[in-house]
Amino acid sequence: MTNSIREIEGMEVIFIVGSNTKETHPVIANRMLKARRRGAKIIIADPRKIPMVKFCDIHLQIRPGSDIALLNSMAKVILAEGLQNDEFIGEKTEGFDAWKASIETFTPEYAEKITGVPADEIVKAARMYGSSRKAGVFYTMGITQHACGTDNVSALANLVSLTGNIGRESTGINPLRGQNNVQGASDAACLPNVYPGYQNVEDPAIRNKFEKAWGAPLSPKAGMMSTVMMNEAAAGKLKALYIMGENPIITDPNMHHTVKALENLEFLVVQDIFLTDTAKFADVVLPASCSFEKNGTFTNTERRVQRVRQAVNPPGEAREDLWIITEISKRLGLDMENSPEKIFTEYCRLWPAIAGISYARLEKRGLCWPCPAADHPGTPYLYKDGFPKGKVNFVPVSYQPPAEVCDREYPFVLTTGRNLFQYHSGSMTRRVEPIESHAGEPYVEINPFDSKNLGISSGDIIKVRSRRGEIAIKARITPRVSEGTVFIPMHYREAAANVLTIDALDPQVKIPELKVCAVALSTAGP
Amino acid sequence: MARITINGKTIEVADTATILQAAKLHKIPIPTLCHHPKLTPFGGCRLCIVEVKGMPKPVTSCTTTVGNGMEITTSSPYLQELRKTVLELILSDHPNDCMICEKAGDCTLQNLAYDYGIRENRFQGERRTYAKRDNNPFVERDLEKCILCGRCVKACDEIQGVEAIDFGYRGFNSKICTSYEQDLDCEFCGQCISVCPTGALTGKLWIRKGRKDHQEEVDTICTYCGTGCTITAHVKDNEILKITSKEQTMNEGWLCVKGRFGYRFVNSPERLTRPLIKRNGAFEEASWPEALDHVAKRLVEIKAGYGADAIGGLSSARCTNEENYAFQKLIRAGIGTNNVDHCARL
Amino acid sequence: MTKNKTVVNVCMGTGGMASGGAEVLQAFRAELEAAAFPAEVKEHCLAHRVGCRGLCAKDVLVDVLTDGSVTTYQFIKPDMVPRIVTEHIIGKTPVAEWQVGEDYENFHQKQVKIVLSDCGKIDPEDPDDYHAVGGYGTARDVLTEWLPGEVIEEIKASGLRGRGGAGFPTGLKWELGRKARGDIKYIICNADEGDPGAFMDRAVIEGNPHAVIEGMIIAAYAIGAHHGYVYIRAEYPLAVERLKLAIERARRRLFLGRNIFGTTFDFDIQVKLGAGAFVCGEETALIASIEGQRGMPRPKPPFPVNKGLWQRPTVINNVETLANVPYIMRRGYQWYASHGTERSRGTKVFALTGKIKNPGLIEVPMGITLREIIEDIGGGIEGGKKLKAVQTGGPSGGCIPANMLDINVDYESLAKVGSIVGSGGMIVLDEDNCMVNMAKYFIQFTQEESCGKCVPCRIGTKRLLEIMERITKGQGKEGDLELLDTLSNSIKVTSLCGLGQTAPNPVLSTLKYFREEFEAHVRDKKCPAKVCKDLITYSIIEGACKGCGACLRACPAGAVTGEKKKPHKIDPDICIKCGACFEACKFKSVGRD
Ligand SMILES: Cc1cc2nc3c(=O)[nH]c(=O)nc-3n(C[C@H](O)[C@H](O)[C@H](O)COP(=O)(O)O)c2cc1C
Ligand code: SF4
Ligand code: SF4
Repeated sequence: MTNSIREIEGMEVIFIVGSNTKETHPVIANRMLKARRRGAKIIIADPRKIPMVKFCDIHLQIRPGSDIALLNSMAKVILAEGLQNDEFIGEKTEGFDAWKASIETFTPEYAEKITGVPADEIVKAARMYGSSRKAGVFYTMGITQHACGTDNVSALANLVSLTGNIGRESTGINPLRGQNNVQGASDAACLPNVYPGYQNVEDPAIRNKFEKAWGAPLSPKAGMMSTVMMNEAAAGKLKALYIMGENPIITDPNMHHTVKALENLEFLVVQDIFLTDTAKFADVVLPASCSFEKNGTFTNTERRVQRVRQAVNPPGEAREDLWIITEISKRLGLDMENSPEKIFTEYCRLWPAIAGISYARLEKRGLCWPCPAADHPGTPYLYKDGFPKGKVNFVPVSYQPPAEVCDREYPFVLTTGRNLFQYHSGSMTRRVEPIESHAGEPYVEINPFDSKNLGISSGDIIKVRSRRGEIAIKARITPRVSEGTVFIPMHYREAAANVLTIDALDPQVKIPELKVCAVALSTAGP
Repeated sequence: MARITINGKTIEVADTATILQAAKLHKIPIPTLCHHPKLTPFGGCRLCIVEVKGMPKPVTSCTTTVGNGMEITTSSPYLQELRKTVLELILSDHPNDCMICEKAGDCTLQNLAYDYGIRENRFQGERRTYAKRDNNPFVERDLEKCILCGRCVKACDEIQGVEAIDFGYRGFNSKICTSYEQDLDCEFCGQCISVCPTGALTGKLWIRKGRKDHQEEVDTICTYCGTGCTITAHVKDNEILKITSKEQTMNEGWLCVKGRFGYRFVNSPERLTRPLIKRNGAFEEASWPEALDHVAKRLVEIKAGYGADAIGGLSSARCTNEENYAFQKLIRAGIGTNNVDHCARL
Repeated sequence: MTKNKTVVNVCMGTGGMASGGAEVLQAFRAELEAAAFPAEVKEHCLAHRVGCRGLCAKDVLVDVLTDGSVTTYQFIKPDMVPRIVTEHIIGKTPVAEWQVGEDYENFHQKQVKIVLSDCGKIDPEDPDDYHAVGGYGTARDVLTEWLPGEVIEEIKASGLRGRGGAGFPTGLKWELGRKARGDIKYIICNADEGDPGAFMDRAVIEGNPHAVIEGMIIAAYAIGAHHGYVYIRAEYPLAVERLKLAIERARRRLFLGRNIFGTTFDFDIQVKLGAGAFVCGEETALIASIEGQRGMPRPKPPFPVNKGLWQRPTVINNVETLANVPYIMRRGYQWYASHGTERSRGTKVFALTGKIKNPGLIEVPMGITLREIIEDIGGGIEGGKKLKAVQTGGPSGGCIPANMLDINVDYESLAKVGSIVGSGGMIVLDEDNCMVNMAKYFIQFTQEESCGKCVPCRIGTKRLLEIMERITKGQGKEGDLELLDTLSNSIKVTSLCGLGQTAPNPVLSTLKYFREEFEAHVRDKKCPAKVCKDLITYSIIEGACKGCGACLRACPAGAVTGEKKKPHKIDPDICIKCGACFEACKFKSVGRD
């Protein structure tokens, strides 16, 4: 997030795109409600009538995968009505004219055809967002989990640049991280192309610095992203995999493909707290500890580094993950610090943006990075003093239909996501009795109009089939989804949505298109 | 700014402050029951009454904003008598079974009864009784202990936006229920539990697990979504009894169903407790040295056979920064490849 | 009214309707239609529906206006109509035996009608009727010739005070509303009228809804509001219907809507139905209710004039308050202020009920004595009994004992003796009324109507009620009266809204003036008025009993035994104290103790 969570209270306009905030980030939704009580307006673009819709001023119920058409069209309206921020565009951006030309065709009427949203609603939303100079954009996987995910983000960024709604308090663009330490895992460089703090592995000077610090030679070539690793494993090129606290069988698209990849490996180590579906394929399983059983830090979606403290001991012989890593490392001839605080200190030394953070400072309250010095108060919102590369680029993006579109055989769009009660692959929440008793059953959401045509009633077990697989699942009839669209939450291994999803990837960041694929529904039959 | 005098002491406060806020800021105690700093003022319990010079009757300090030159008295025999009457009235319709109440030791009503030394009660009479209606997997309700402070109603409406519950009925029979006693439509965030000043609302998960005493409180971060709410684990004998969150946290003390109730996986019997090595297609328990040696040996072999880039590491967004840092260092410096990633995109 | 016109006015308020007013009107219309008039006479013969003129006990009341004189008939039934038409309207000789008597004249003599001046004269459903007597013309004049500030000054000078209960100066409230900052403001007419036994506002709306609408227009203009609400209880179907009709018709004549009266001023009114909760008459609860929330009062300040409906400045006035406004504006503040007392100007409408000969709706100048109301207007106590007290202000008010009958009825004087003018309920009590029981009745009412928000009212009134119940059951204890007193005083000072703050008044004032009666209940376990069932015993006075058996036949419980011509006996264990034997005995041989 470029803003901190607290700043949401001060926003005039909140534009939520592809984020089911009330269910996936309930406490951030609470802040949005607080802003609303103070007079903020809320715009939502989402294919479903998600719970937050109850509180919004405008709901743009777009067809899955049509975000770019909507966003480009809003930009066009803003320009047509002269609501753009000329000063910001002139001083802080590049590529405006070329981009402007690129959205020429995106009239609201044209966008209506692609998105299914009435043109005048698009105009209304554009006016609302465009006339505010204190607006925040929020998005999650509904924007990124598409084959055109990168383009989606660019389209949003263009809209933000056009209005200059960034770099000020309560004004910015805010991806909401789905898991508690996605931000931290990225910062700490569990990424194939960078060292901690987003320092490029292919830059020799940087590599030199890290080789010195770690006392070992480092590979000069960027590595593979997880989705690529799976493909390479399936192709027999990747031979060994060490998975720590992940369950790709359930969370990755196209489950059959993932199974094939893991089966193909010569050696698989899985370090986890449960014998997950992924762990079952492992050669060695290492019992780890959960966040209540160890010390350390997490970095949340607002870049706030916060202390995790041990409350209880791990069960049996299960050990802290850090101990396991350092023990393996020792056996590979690399000695590492093994206390969380000492590791953290080493980390801070190597990344200037957190050089000012220490466990002592985190005792009372977390700090948002950048925090370069011990007396620096942290940075609740980014880009106050300009952008890292000087100027932001307008990036022309054009609309492309999703990788898989509906046809006669597969007439429905399947979109996937989370619900309020379960979390991710469910390995934790599904073991919490009241949660499981309340929300323990997989379901597919179907619009009443469609269910009537298909002769399906609520509670029926039906078959959902895609080109990749088929699952049997209970039907839930609800106007939350629009006609022609169905939704399946991702949490349930017994009816795993990812049996159906497509493994088409975004060409740049290799995010799978989990939000759109084509499926067919049929009553289960005998 | 406004200059006011409280109990003879002159202070300056923002002119938007209520008398209660002003008093709190200057550590002048005023008893409250229905007030909650994060919710709109209610003015129902009447305990926070104070005398203001020139006003014909005591006023509730939680709803009265300060005015320049106000002279306020927060404690006098008259006020104490009125407050005592109000407390006696509340207690006359309360089960008074503190000895078996979950909330004992942490109960605002109990503390007030103690402060005001209420043992005898001049008011005796009918007490509300309710048949237990229980179909809620998370929230345990004991309406007989409900003092109708309205905090749960406001938390549900103002904070959560759910409006699952409201006041129902009238007079002595007023109670907190769903509108027209329809089925509950609830997000089970437990915000209502967190603001209940008595034992009327409790989490089912922590009933009879132990009261406030002898618990250790550990502040940490929720294990679920990226909001990173600060939670407090209440621990006894190596077991987490319940999760709460403090008001001063970045999440202002509010949590969601997962954060508040989703901790019970920790002591699931399905937790892995021994390293496992697969031999002939079946897992066998192993000792740590055995398992670690085996892992190291295989990695070295594969690296020797196919090169470092035939090995990859997948880390987790649920592990700490330190673990992630160490993990990528292991893969990069220990194995020698940049094949390291995590699940950011899923 | 032209001289040669004949008009028949049939009382069709809720009282009139209940006694068959609609049928009477129908009969007149049919009869006039059928009568053998020359066409030019018939054209001027009209039968009208009009609102209540007060004396509902004599319904259906019918006025016949012909040849410039008015004749009023009472207790009219449809079958009496032909004779009136034949003898009076055609034959020009009134039917003397059906005419109202002297008490009807007396009932009206000391009244001064302002609010009710057109009630009972005009057809409430026809704006032209009201227009004909000057209605809406005042609003037009105000909107075209007065500045808002001048209107406020006029109302301030008239001394009009809120008739909803609290008596807050209306002009001042409007001034606060005008000064309050905000571009959107509201005017609300409070027609919730939840007092048991009160029906003043209902009668005004049923009799002349246009005066209320006109009052609202003037008020809206004065404070700068463009939206108005009338919050009226759904249990008043006739009033709701007439009000809606009146608004609809006023809209059609462009008295409401955009650019009303051809000016640049916009104003319209919406009707909101209340579910009949007493507390919803309290202004902040009323606002919550209009906002769609549960009707629960909010702490004041902030006052509605600053933060009312949807947090906007809002002026709330009672029906009667607003209905006064057009008359004040039409005839000037001096005229209005010439009625009443120094600090309580004008008139007040009361619902006179209880043990009075002529119960009904009355409008009297402020400051009139209670004696004049009871004896002259009300015709004294029914059945020759002795007056005991007069209860005013309903559940928020108190009682005035018989020995204070010369008190002036105005805000200050009543407050001084522990009662209030209130919204205008006035219940006359005689020696057969038990004051303890009456106080219990009111506290039971407020307990049931408490919104439940604050402790003193929700639990405190419950405990008060329990003590009162105990006392009326003969289980009163030493110290109960003191406890009643301290608890009542605590409830008064600590309750949030007016409901709780005034709920103990009936208890406190009866305790003040009728303490012996309480003591008799507590100490002697006796109810002097012989009302509290648990405290009375029925027995047969041996010497007096003729053995006629009337009591035996009347007793539903079989408690009376005895042979014919021999003294009977009542078994106290079986007796359910219904009093049937007492009523049945012609020889006054059943004793009640
Ligand atoms: C419990 C309670 C009930 C009330 N009910 C009514 C009512 O039914 N009608 C009314 O006009 N005012 C009622 N009031 C008074 C109103 O709160 C308010 O003072 C009044 O409507 C203001 O109008 P006025 O200034 O014209 O009197 C009630 C007050 C309380 C405390
Ligand atoms: S758990 Fe949350 S949603 Fe449910 S009643 Fe309580 S506050 Fe409302
Ligand atoms: S005094 Fe009674 S009616 Fe008024 S707010 Fe309190 S409980 Fe509700």
